[in-house]
Amino acid sequence: MTQLPLRAQLATALGRTAATLSRVTGRGDGSVIGGRISLVLEPDLLRQLAHDRKLALVSATNGKTTTTRLITSALQELGDVATNAFGANMPAGHVSALSSAKNAPYGVLEVDEKYLPEVIDTTGAGVVVLMNLSRDQMDRAGEIWLLAQKWRRALAGKNTHVIANADDPLVTWGASTAASVTWVSAGQPWKEDSWCCPECGGPIDRRGMDYVPPGTAGSGMVLSPVDDDWACRECTFRRPRPSWALDDDAVIDPRGQRWVLDIQLPGRANRANAVIALATAEAFGLPIERALPRLRQVKSVAGRYTTVERDGRHARLLLAKNPAGWLEAFDVLDPSLPVILSVNAQGPDGRDTSWLWDVDYRVLRGRPVYVAGERKLDLALRLDVAGVPFQLADSFAQALAAQRPGKVDVIANYTAFQQIRSEFGRAV
Amino acid sequence: MQSDSALRLVWIYPDLLSTYGDQGNVLVLEQRAQRRGIPVQTVHVRSADPVPEGGDIYLIGGGEDRPQILASERLRRDGGLHRAIARGAALLAVCAGYQIMGTTFGGEEGQPVDGIGLLDISSGRGQGRAVGELVGEADPALGIATLTGFENHMGVTRLGSGVRPLARTTVGTGNGDGTEGCYAGKIIGTYLHGPALARNPGLADLLLTWAIGAQLPPIDDTWFERLRQERLQAVLPR
Repeated sequence: MTQLPLRAQLATALGRTAATLSRVTGRGDGSVIGGRISLVLEPDLLRQLAHDRKLALVSATNGKTTTTRLITSALQELGDVATNAFGANMPAGHVSALSSAKNAPYGVLEVDEKYLPEVIDTTGAGVVVLMNLSRDQMDRAGEIWLLAQKWRRALAGKNTHVIANADDPLVTWGASTAASVTWVSAGQPWKEDSWCCPECGGPIDRRGMDYVPPGTAGSGMVLSPVDDDWACRECTFRRPRPSWALDDDAVIDPRGQRWVLDIQLPGRANRANAVIALATAEAFGLPIERALPRLRQVKSVAGRYTTVERDGRHARLLLAKNPAGWLEAFDVLDPSLPVILSVNAQGPDGRDTSWLWDVDYRVLRGRPVYVAGERKLDLALRLDVAGVPFQLADSFAQALAAQRPGKVDVIANYTAFQQIRSEFGRAV
Repeated sequence: MQSDSALRLVWIYPDLLSTYGDQGNVLVLEQRAQRRGIPVQTVHVRSADPVPEGGDIYLIGGGEDRPQILASERLRRDGGLHRAIARGAALLAVCAGYQIMGTTFGGEEGQPVDGIGLLDISSGRGQGRAVGELVGEADPALGIATLTGFENHMGVTRLGSGVRPLARTTVGTGNGDGTEGCYAGKIIGTYLHGPALARNPGLADLLLTWAIGAQLPPIDDTWFERLRQERLQAVLPR
């Protein structure tokens, strides 16, 4: 890799010092503060650090961190990979990630949806990976039709290869100005944000499925992805033919060969992430028989799906930040276990808890449900209206102590999840 | 109640205008009617389909600029909601749906877009985005408790002489002139976005009372009240 100019070298060195200080003082994992200091000293740093690397940018509403990790694990088969493993997904985090792995020929960067156009421009990344778009933290995140429109503009006229989920109409629309696209059928359980055509506003029809009103039986159901075709009733916008597909517990590759995934990460969403990762790996020249064993080694990602323990209570931690994420988390729950739900509304969570009303909690009926977190009363009312019996706990620790020794599942949103991790151990 | 047996709720265009928890208003109305022994029938009207005229309470929610413009065009062309209101149906219009009920609202670039004219209001785009908790003292004539909720919009709404403000704001922006929302006849418009009725069960009961034409027996409001008290304490100056 080419030598960085002196000013850029100084900037990355100072950034790394700040990152180390942040870690040793316990303020964070250092990936944002280090990058911020570097960016102030050298605004063009990201461009220089990205230069001459084979880069993939990974963006979506849900699954960014996990998919970034899966692609990274796969590409390590080819060589060193620079990556922002801890979800610091804005340009400061990208600088930090690339500068801490200067000689890595590959880079896999998780990118915040809003920053994607800017990061595509700055890095000139050869590969962009787009998985799903749905409502998320509306008080600060903005509007997703607008976001998809900005993706379109950023990709138009560039030589970027896109890996995109053809089952998500908004993602398809956002990706379809790219010069070349590998379409993947990765499924779309959450459909409430794509019943209308992003191109013309007409109704989107799905084969084998009439419009399913939210909150009724059948909403959020997962169809067999090979049947999950969609098309606008009023214009020519329709699902492109995918070359990769998630088929239950397996992936069907572009040659039509079926490979059982057998990954350790639980749930449908992670199988979808794995299929996207395999398609991305192939775009880097890595065949599925070399990539898949790498994906099978990943057990947990930044604390997600890890188990914390206290006094014989083993709590498995699931992170869910928005309605689509909760739908996928429910799919992972063990129906025989009690579940603790913890919800906050700090800045990173979105200060507005309205989204709780978009989650269909009725699937939790019949199992013990405990409610904790700073906004437990919002959740309590939501469950009351859904007819889901629950117990209110003062804190997560109290909810855990109330369990019989054994296993319990936990779903928490972002800061609630981080609080549990810092109280019960940050081990990744 | 106009229907033969059940209370009929009509949720207009959840495929266009249901950005963030708008479903909550439907669920709260269903629950509060059912707990009083009133059977409920809910219809979800997709934007490609006609709006039925025979509903008792209509609901329309919030959304982005483009879907808002599409919804306004379709409602005007369809005419079903106008006929339902003329028949005496009640309506809760939230955020983008509230603005649509007026004569004009601000489009993607702030350009004026025609509304459907069911409320004597006109809206435009404000200077900045109003995001955060909102508290308002409701019009005493309505007999409901302090309004609480969350707003997230760029709209500024001028009220004409044909409507009355729903509340005077004590925290937050609302219409932008110290008032929040409005009402006229059996139509309520509000910037309290998403599940406004979850935070204001009194508003839900007002709609039910209008639709049924009779006073409602009280029900257990424990969780509604606990949430209201917590939210009001969190944002009101002490």
